[in-house]
Amino acid sequence: MNAAEIHARLSELLGARAGTLSAANKDEAALIAPRDLLEVCRALKTDDALAFDALMNLGCVDWPGKSEIELVLHLFSYARRHGFVLKCRLDRAQPRVASVVPIWSSAEWLEREQFDLFGVVFEGNPDLRRLLMPDDWIGFPLRKDYEEPESWHGISTVRESPLDGFVRLDELKKKLAASRAETVKAADAPKPDGAP
Amino acid sequence: MSAPGTDPSATMTSGKEVLKRIEYSGEMLVNMGPQHPSTHGVINFLVQTDGEEMTRAIPEVGYLHRSIEKIGERCEYAGFMPYTDRVDYIAAMFANQGWAMACERLFAIEVPKRAEYCRVIACELNRIASHLISVGTMAMDVGAVTPFPYALREREFINDLLEELCGARLTYNYLRIGGVAFDLPDGYSERVLRFVDHFEKVLVEFDRLITQNRIFVERLRGLGVISRALAIDHCLVGPNLRASGVDWDLRRDLPYSAYPDFEFAVPVGTGAVGKTGDAWDRFWVRTREMQESCRIVRQALQKLPEGPVMAKVPRRLKAPEGTDAFSRIESARGDMQYYVVAGPGEMAHRLKIRTGSFNAMGIIEKLSRGIMLADLVALIASLDVVAPEIDR
Repeated sequence: MNAAEIHARLSELLGARAGTLSAANKDEAALIAPRDLLEVCRALKTDDALAFDALMNLGCVDWPGKSEIELVLHLFSYARRHGFVLKCRLDRAQPRVASVVPIWSSAEWLEREQFDLFGVVFEGNPDLRRLLMPDDWIGFPLRKDYEEPESWHGISTVRESPLDGFVRLDELKKKLAASRAETVKAADAPKPDGAP
Repeated sequence: MSAPGTDPSATMTSGKEVLKRIEYSGEMLVNMGPQHPSTHGVINFLVQTDGEEMTRAIPEVGYLHRSIEKIGERCEYAGFMPYTDRVDYIAAMFANQGWAMACERLFAIEVPKRAEYCRVIACELNRIASHLISVGTMAMDVGAVTPFPYALREREFINDLLEELCGARLTYNYLRIGGVAFDLPDGYSERVLRFVDHFEKVLVEFDRLITQNRIFVERLRGLGVISRALAIDHCLVGPNLRASGVDWDLRRDLPYSAYPDFEFAVPVGTGAVGKTGDAWDRFWVRTREMQESCRIVRQALQKLPEGPVMAKVPRRLKAPEGTDAFSRIESARGDMQYYVVAGPGEMAHRLKIRTGSFNAMGIIEKLSRGIMLADLVALIASLDVVAPEIDR
């Protein structure tokens, strides 16, 4: 089934809770309300025509401008051989959503990773700990407004650069071009004593 | 205190103490790693064990976290290519291809036919090299040291061939968005064919040496059995999934690149020596995949079309902000996925890489319950995890 058919079947099962299907993007995705996530996922897995038995990917996208974090789930069905994308928008100040671990076990580590890097709380995940960062790390590194701390347990995260005063190549080119233009200008200017 | 060796009784343990130790049957928590040779990189396992039998092993990852996803948000699309090599340095060509394909989808770039063939040849050679490391180290991890140097000897030939192609032996940076960096050098086909001819004979030897070796089979049969349902539920991918009896290969079932042009079989675990989805099945699937890769390389060299190896790619790659693209490729460690969201400028807003090793690590805690400590080593090896691919 293609995305439109899958979404039609989902709407048949859940009505308005199946959300809206985007058309603009490369991969069509259904945008659903966060509170419906678990129910939609359960329907996607248990319905015989849909049979999404695998959660392929679960990722977050931070949009500080819209003050929301977008949760993206890529699903796939080995039984029916089709894929689908689910999206839901969470409040950036307090991102909380139900965990999908009861439906797909692969979500456990994927959710832990997103909790670690974005601070999204997946309610019901049996082992919601930091995965990649140290347990006592402060902040969520993949958020757009994240600032790296200067040190961790007395270990500095900043190093002095041996290339102090180093200029980026494109800036250097700009500088050179500007100075060349200056020279040309000076050469073109009429000399005060009329010399060639 | 006397110097060691002067008073033998000081270093001897009394019989009473030995007895006490034997009677002791408390559970302990032992760290296995992060610098343990069997962890194939830097991973720590918190092993809860009572003697040889484990209660469970909890993987602790993150020691190789280099925030490649964050770097991807601060790097232009084309400039990110060398970083993808570091995602999986044993099979870097696939990491290159995943990124190239995600960007090609994002910017709707059509890749020339010859470039696709070059990609297939490079990737399949890389798959053989990666599987050689996997089967070699797996044999070594369960105690058979001999196959490892043989596997590495063959891998050296592939490293030489890939070095000739792109100048690097591990971190290739060969693929470009819209094609490949260099065309095949003169006489390359003959040299690759000579290697493939030689390697197919070596594979037969290798099977005699280890795959069908009685001791090896007895060691691995029925070990770490992953059922079909468990494999799908935990989203295992690639050889690990196929060993559990799922007949699925992206190259055949969701074809990309030039794969529809080639004929090849997809080996699936059948439990020939024990149960379907045991460690031996995973080993066997990899050895057969090397054979199939040889077939694909041979066909690709025969059918190699003429033409350019780079598409016309705009100098500035830009897509409307928020557009996303998703790519899936069959890497040596299975289904590798890149999810990229375009940013306002020439950089990605978000990049997510989902790798095979990451999912394979998630299943270890479940499988480790009640098995022997030595079997944990074999289990990790059979899942073919590569630490940088887990942490990225």
